[in-house]
Amino acid sequence: MSTSTLTSAQDASDANVKIRIRDLTKVFQTKSGPFVALDTINLDIPTGCFFMIVGPSGCGKTTLLRILAGLEDHSTGSLEITAPAAGRPSNSMVFQGDSLFPWMTVWENAAYGLTMRGRPKSEIKEVVGHYLARTGLSRFHDSYPHQLSGGMRQRVSIARAFANDPDILLMDEPFSALDEQNKVLLQEELLRIWEETRKTVMFITHSVDEAVTLGDRIMIMTAHPGRAKVMVDVPFERPRRVLELRAQPEYGELVYNIWGHLRDEVQRARAQDEGRAS
Amino acid sequence: MTNAVENPVKTQAFIKRRRGLSRDSVERLMNIVSPVGLLLIWEVCARTGIIDVRFFPAPSKVFQVMYSLIENGQLVKHSWSSLQRLWWGILFGGIPALILGVAMGMYRGLRVVVEPVIAATYPIPKSAILPLILLIFGLGEASKIVMVATGVFYPILINAMAGVLEINKIYFDVSRNFGASRWQVFRTVALPGALPLIMTGVKLGVGLGLVLISIAEMVGAKSGLGYMIWNAWEILSVETMYVGLITIAVLGLLFTLALNEIERLIVPWKSSR
Repeated sequence: MSTSTLTSAQDASDANVKIRIRDLTKVFQTKSGPFVALDTINLDIPTGCFFMIVGPSGCGKTTLLRILAGLEDHSTGSLEITAPAAGRPSNSMVFQGDSLFPWMTVWENAAYGLTMRGRPKSEIKEVVGHYLARTGLSRFHDSYPHQLSGGMRQRVSIARAFANDPDILLMDEPFSALDEQNKVLLQEELLRIWEETRKTVMFITHSVDEAVTLGDRIMIMTAHPGRAKVMVDVPFERPRRVLELRAQPEYGELVYNIWGHLRDEVQRARAQDEGRAS
Repeated sequence: MTNAVENPVKTQAFIKRRRGLSRDSVERLMNIVSPVGLLLIWEVCARTGIIDVRFFPAPSKVFQVMYSLIENGQLVKHSWSSLQRLWWGILFGGIPALILGVAMGMYRGLRVVVEPVIAATYPIPKSAILPLILLIFGLGEASKIVMVATGVFYPILINAMAGVLEINKIYFDVSRNFGASRWQVFRTVALPGALPLIMTGVKLGVGLGLVLISIAEMVGAKSGLGYMIWNAWEILSVETMYVGLITIAVLGLLFTLALNEIERLIVPWKSSR
């Protein structure tokens, strides 16, 4: 049986731990038998940590995020998330790809979480106005998503999550569909907004560069079935500037190191894909 | 070599043509031009004796009768009673269909239970159940309204359900993650997401409603366009029959135009594509 509990901050043995995962396993029942997506994951994520998960495609990293978001149940093990302060949501997710409601304007999209929670109009106006300004979208508040570029849409998506003021931000490869230039700009923007509040973040990516640029700590996952392979701490100070950071020799070393861990897994994932295809 | 000289000329001609009416206004203009064209051909054929005027009186003759029917208030009276029945039928059939259809799209359990019933009753010709409806609801207004309601019900329900099923699952994930209640999911995701297809259902339903109200009024009614047409047949006033038919056609066209405008207003994220 799985247990998923929300404990209050005082109850947690270590008050600094926001997310505690013990022996978490997720098995999907498929037509061709059980499929182990996640295998005995153990994790402690401290409050305020920008936590990155890197792994080859199909390693179950999105599944882990969906479990944390409450969109999926886990099979065995336990998951403890420190309860948020009264009236605040536990988490908000920035989804991969287009997740803005096409029938809502930029403003309505960004205000979605607050509106659903029935917050007063004045608060919604202030908070949404703030985050749309921070993401440079104030001029577009009456536009519909299809009138925006891919980068702008993802900015609305980020504003929507931040405006909801959650305890934890879950980000599922939010920039993977963007071109390189837009990616760097949005990473900078994300860091800038994050510096204001320093929320706990769990960020999934397949880009080692992105992981090192944004994260405090990086978990590298194995190819299927998804396990935690190595945990790497990122020593760079904050606030960070993306391009300056990338110019440092230590940056290149760290990226190279992580690639060393990841290479085998990516190759294994490829072999698995080819095995499935043949 | 000659290409270099020809090309600029071609481009200019192209630009000139684009400066005329936009494609949108040309399409709107066709709404008027095309039926009027048909009437003109008809008039010519009737006057030259190509067609039998006992069955196909000249449009000018029909419009004379129409004018007198407007003057003595008959046409307005009959149109008005048909429109009222249509209106209530659309409301009584459409609103439950909308709610049930969207709910069926949202909840698999409900869909599994209700869908076979819908699939079995949908193909029954609505005109074939008119006697039964007359038996149950009597000869008054209720039977006419129910008749329209049954016609409107199916296309709206089926389109609303299909509309919800076509919504990308990610939008339901978003609303769940952002803490939307069931009612909020209905209102902010399922209903607006299904709206483009629901509007298609409404258009089909209104068209079918016009057909059914005419049929229903031919039996046991003392007013309405259907009654007017039936009565004209009994007194052999072919022109009056055509007046009724034209009125129904014009109403159908007006409904389509109105619904297209409504669609533009309530589905702004689709129309501006």
